[in-house]
Amino acid sequence: MKTLAILMVLLCAFTFVGPAIAVEPHEILKDSVLEARAREISKVLRCLVCQNQSIDDSNAGLARDLRLIVRERLTAGDSDDAVIQFVTKRYGDFVLLKPPFKSSTYLLWGGPAAFLLFGFGALIVAFRRRRAAQPFDTAPLTDDEIRRLENLSSGDQGGAS
Amino acid sequence: MRLSFVLPIVFFASLAALFGVYLYQIGPGGKDIKQIPSVLIDKELPAFKLPPIVGRKDGLNTADLKGKAALVNVFASWCPPCRTEHPGLMLLAKEGFTLYGINYKDKPEDALEFLATLGDPFKRIGADLKGRAAIEWGVYGYPESFIIDRSGRIRYKHIGPIMPRDLEMTIRPLLEKFSK
Repeated sequence: MKTLAILMVLLCAFTFVGPAIAVEPHEILKDSVLEARAREISKVLRCLVCQNQSIDDSNAGLARDLRLIVRERLTAGDSDDAVIQFVTKRYGDFVLLKPPFKSSTYLLWGGPAAFLLFGFGALIVAFRRRRAAQPFDTAPLTDDEIRRLENLSSGDQGGAS
Repeated sequence: MRLSFVLPIVFFASLAALFGVYLYQIGPGGKDIKQIPSVLIDKELPAFKLPPIVGRKDGLNTADLKGKAALVNVFASWCPPCRTEHPGLMLLAKEGFTLYGINYKDKPEDALEFLATLGDPFKRIGADLKGRAAIEWGVYGYPESFIIDRSGRIRYKHIGPIMPRDLEMTIRPLLEKFSK
């Protein structure tokens, strides 16, 4: 039982190991603050060869070259935004894993919220209409039915009172 | 008919139509969504300066490209599709069009052998040993070709090998158009 518990713990420990990092030792900057910034920037830049990995995760040659450029620019004193701009100027917005919020992407970012609002609006309208409508829109009882109903409710037929 | 009945149908029909249009575009023979449109189209040529392949005397930089419509081809001897498209480049050169080469991350001896075996269609070639010039051009796959006009602007980008169909339908007509 104890060995099983230990096994379980070990298993959990290994499950939480993150994905392998593509950054190679010689790429890492001596300045740890700059290196940390480089890592953050690398995480938002797409590797254009694999397209669904960031350049921080990718082993592709182009990703490595871009990682080196990011570090070069930072060392040269560029701000984070300037570095990202350097890359988008050459590869376009597609290189950003998270699309920017601008006029051409309003629909992309606002679309889901607009759909949700539209849905709620439609629901509210539907509920209002239902409440406003006649609750029971059926034909009235005939005289015969009324008489039978009265007989039933007077208890003459031997039902429980 | 009541509006609340018609409206959802119209709404979903228009959504389906929209999706249909996009699906059709990427369907057989349609556009490849993996190809990323270049942001450099209609922009000034990127600044770059490349030495010749060791053993040659040319090299390539931004100033070399100005004044004439031309095709700039990024190639490497290790890239199989580059070999596929090479006869097409030879044909264009024979027809009198100007071609420039950017030799991407290649060993000089391999590059020279590639040109000796398959022919050299290029007016000048620059050796991009570190791949930095390719990044200036926004290159991410090999081969890639750019068509530039005489005012020194990039007018078209072709990603992947120039197949005979591409050559006939787009590359040659564009080169002819910008050469005028």
